[in-house]
Amino acid sequence: MGNTHASGDNYINHEKGLWSWLTTIDHKRIGLMYMIVILFFFLCGGIAAMLIRLELFASGPLFDGNTYNQILTYHGAIMVFMVIVPGIPAILGNFFLPIHIGAKDVAFPKLNLASWYVFMAGAILAISTLFTTKIDTGWTFYTPYSIKTGTAVVTMVMAAFIMGMSSILTGLNFIVTVHKLRAPGMTMGRIPLFVWAVYSTAILQVLATPVLGITLLLLAMERTLGVGIFDPARGGDPVLFQHFFWFYSHPAVYIMILPAMGIVSEIIAAFSRKTIFGYTAIAYSSLGIAAVSFFVWGHHMFVSGQSEIAGIVFSFLTMLVGVPTAIKMFNWLATMYRGSISFESPMLFAMGFLFLFAIGGVTGIMLATVGLDVHFHDTYFVVAHFHYVMVGGTLMALTGGLYYWFPKMFGKMFNEFWARISFVLIFIGFNVTFFPQFVLGAMGMPRRYADYVPAYESLNKISSIGAWTIGVGFLVALYVIIEGLMSKRIAPANPWGAKTLEWQVQSPPTHHNFEVEPVVTAGPYEYR
Amino acid sequence: MNWFLALMNTVAVNTASAAGKSFMPPVGTEIASDVDNLYSFLLWTSFLGCVILIGGMIFFAVKYKRRTDNDKTPYISHNMALEFLWSFIPLVLFLVVFAWGWKVYHDMRVMPENAFEIHVQAKQWQWDFMYKSGKVSTNDFFVPVGIPVKLVMASEDVLHSFYIPSMRIKQDVVPGRYTTLWFKADKTGDYQIFCTEYCGAAHSAMLAKMHVVPAPDFEKWLQENEEGLTLAQKGEKLYNSKGCIACHSTDGSVKVGPSWKGLWGSTGHTMANGKSVTVDENYIRESILNPNADIVKGFSAGLMPAQQGLLTEDQLTALIEYIKTLK
Ligand code: HEC
Ligand SMILES: [Cu+2]
Ligand SMILES: [Cu+2]
Repeated sequence: MGNTHASGDNYINHEKGLWSWLTTIDHKRIGLMYMIVILFFFLCGGIAAMLIRLELFASGPLFDGNTYNQILTYHGAIMVFMVIVPGIPAILGNFFLPIHIGAKDVAFPKLNLASWYVFMAGAILAISTLFTTKIDTGWTFYTPYSIKTGTAVVTMVMAAFIMGMSSILTGLNFIVTVHKLRAPGMTMGRIPLFVWAVYSTAILQVLATPVLGITLLLLAMERTLGVGIFDPARGGDPVLFQHFFWFYSHPAVYIMILPAMGIVSEIIAAFSRKTIFGYTAIAYSSLGIAAVSFFVWGHHMFVSGQSEIAGIVFSFLTMLVGVPTAIKMFNWLATMYRGSISFESPMLFAMGFLFLFAIGGVTGIMLATVGLDVHFHDTYFVVAHFHYVMVGGTLMALTGGLYYWFPKMFGKMFNEFWARISFVLIFIGFNVTFFPQFVLGAMGMPRRYADYVPAYESLNKISSIGAWTIGVGFLVALYVIIEGLMSKRIAPANPWGAKTLEWQVQSPPTHHNFEVEPVVTAGPYEYR
Repeated sequence: MNWFLALMNTVAVNTASAAGKSFMPPVGTEIASDVDNLYSFLLWTSFLGCVILIGGMIFFAVKYKRRTDNDKTPYISHNMALEFLWSFIPLVLFLVVFAWGWKVYHDMRVMPENAFEIHVQAKQWQWDFMYKSGKVSTNDFFVPVGIPVKLVMASEDVLHSFYIPSMRIKQDVVPGRYTTLWFKADKTGDYQIFCTEYCGAAHSAMLAKMHVVPAPDFEKWLQENEEGLTLAQKGEKLYNSKGCIACHSTDGSVKVGPSWKGLWGSTGHTMANGKSVTVDENYIRESILNPNADIVKGFSAGLMPAQQGLLTEDQLTALIEYIKTLK
């Protein structure tokens, strides 16, 4: 263990040919297959984002209303269902969760491969709507618009349903893996925080996703069979749809952010060369967030027509979720205290995460404050807030995580200079794009508007320029990955000097991860 | 509770004046200033929070920058006192803003008695405003200054949302039921209305202008080019022409169905299943469109023909206005 023999056997050259990839049950290869398709979808969703900012660059129409609405829907649906929800668990979770706990693979390797195919089936179905009547409901599919519109709602919700299946199966696999396949000595108190995060996420995936599935199925039934559940013209209740939808989609917010928090815990400990502060607090706050997140969905519906009491209760419960999140932020800070900090690109992204997530967090509290949300709801303030959390949080962490583990995954070093350039572009571009949107929201600009009143023009211009900067930043990041793959810079087994198990095996790992089953005698962050 | 709010308000007023308007739209009503005070309190505490978190991070990053590759770091796994503090202080802060937000929200949601009522009908993609006088205007309407105005809103097709930035007020308009909101405009002038719930192709063009004018000007506008009937008179005509008259009296006598006299606003209205309801717009709406949902005590189900699909939103509104006049 621990020797680097790059010319030797590893999971990449263990078998050869496309067929060996398409039929692989190696969790590492499946992780890479997710990586390829998810990066591709990220590109698609990103192009839609650029088009949105092009339309909004100046007041006055560029696309007609329908086209704009379609672009906006694809941006949201692709980014949520095909990039951010699956992203970290499917790519990095698949690759590292088993190695982190000293296992050879996940508990059900074949099911793991099946999940990839299910995901692909859903994704292809979703993309297929581009070639039919497209879709224009927004990613939220609110009724009764989604019942009345002539676009491909049924296909799209079936696609989301199928991708949800994949998400459930992956979650199930991870839960069983964590419980059953830990190496000797790897107690629950010694698993890395990334595993805790992905594990908490998996619980959410298994419990919440079925509700989305049922809701979308009901919507499809209503459209095809005319059952009146959500459409008031048939005696249904459109607000009921919102309750069902957010009962999944609020926990989904944590499906998106918890794994990112896991990555940040790993990176901060590794680059501070210091034991993580408050291991137990971070681990349990993940579980706490997961639990409470089921009872706050109504904060998306303060002005939907739900009762005043409901609004107040949901506001209160949402405040409670804020606490474990604050705890995590302070724990990361305390980890840096008296550390030995170095600033390679993964750490830059982790610090970028802390910066942006802090802003995303405090604005979340503003939105949870019910009397204030009445003004902010469905304005650009909300758009800015969730991009700070989803992009500033999840995507920053995903990018940082990909850089962090790149040497392990591919056995090569990426170009640090260009990686830092990508960070600078993404970080600055991000703030230039989304900070003005807070101001636009406060000024009252509604979201999902193809056009706006002239007062909003100058800030929208700035925002568009920022968006294109982010776009360039991610292209540079893509270049870093491709250049790294082609380069001859062989990565050592442990370039960052980290302590978790994956760094104790060769880069890239062998087919079985460990030649001898590891015996664990200490926690994951023993830097003393 | 009151001393607490007073305290919070002084804190906020001071910070608010320091922070300027924080980019919020011009204030058009008292509640808007309450919202802005809450907002500036949150802005300042958030700013402080970010300074601690982000500033702390940058400070540590500089101070504890790696010197040599063999730096030793201390083993600090936890610290009860600190952890308690950074859980407890945020919790208290969150609860403070929660309570404050609740207060503001409550003021927004409690409809004042005797407010001036306007019916709003939303459809893709326009706003119709219907006054009791029978006046109807589209995408452009007048309200009197200094008098509470209540909007009773319905949608003919999909969800919409009625948003007046200057009043800091917003409410979804939901097909199949009435939703309400109220405000009291304190300053005359023109105000922008947006639709804030996505409703299709021309969502961003579903705008309206609200003109707040002195009461005499408002009266004048209301009477202008008024030819037709008041809303209630339209309702009375429908009462005859739609055949409601066959089963419902307006003088208290019981026919096949209960009389409409004194129906509006009664609170202990008992149903056949023992439940008692308050008669408001949504109750009457349900009773007309879907009578078997709730059967009035002493009458049987299946008699009253369901009107779902037979009455337009305008006609429903007119009928309800008529019932309201039958005291
Ligand atoms: C064939 C007789 C009949 C006709 C015609 C009829 N109704 Fe009714 N209506 C009833 C009966 C019986 C009830 C009580 C049972 C129930 O609650 O459904 C009732 C109940 C009501 C109620 C609830 C009254 C209460 O005290 O709570 C309203 C409102 C109402 N009808 C409106 C109308 C309107 C408007 C029309 C005309 C479009 C109409 N009805 C036509 C028989 C009738
Ligand atoms: Cu939520
Ligand atoms: Cu709209």
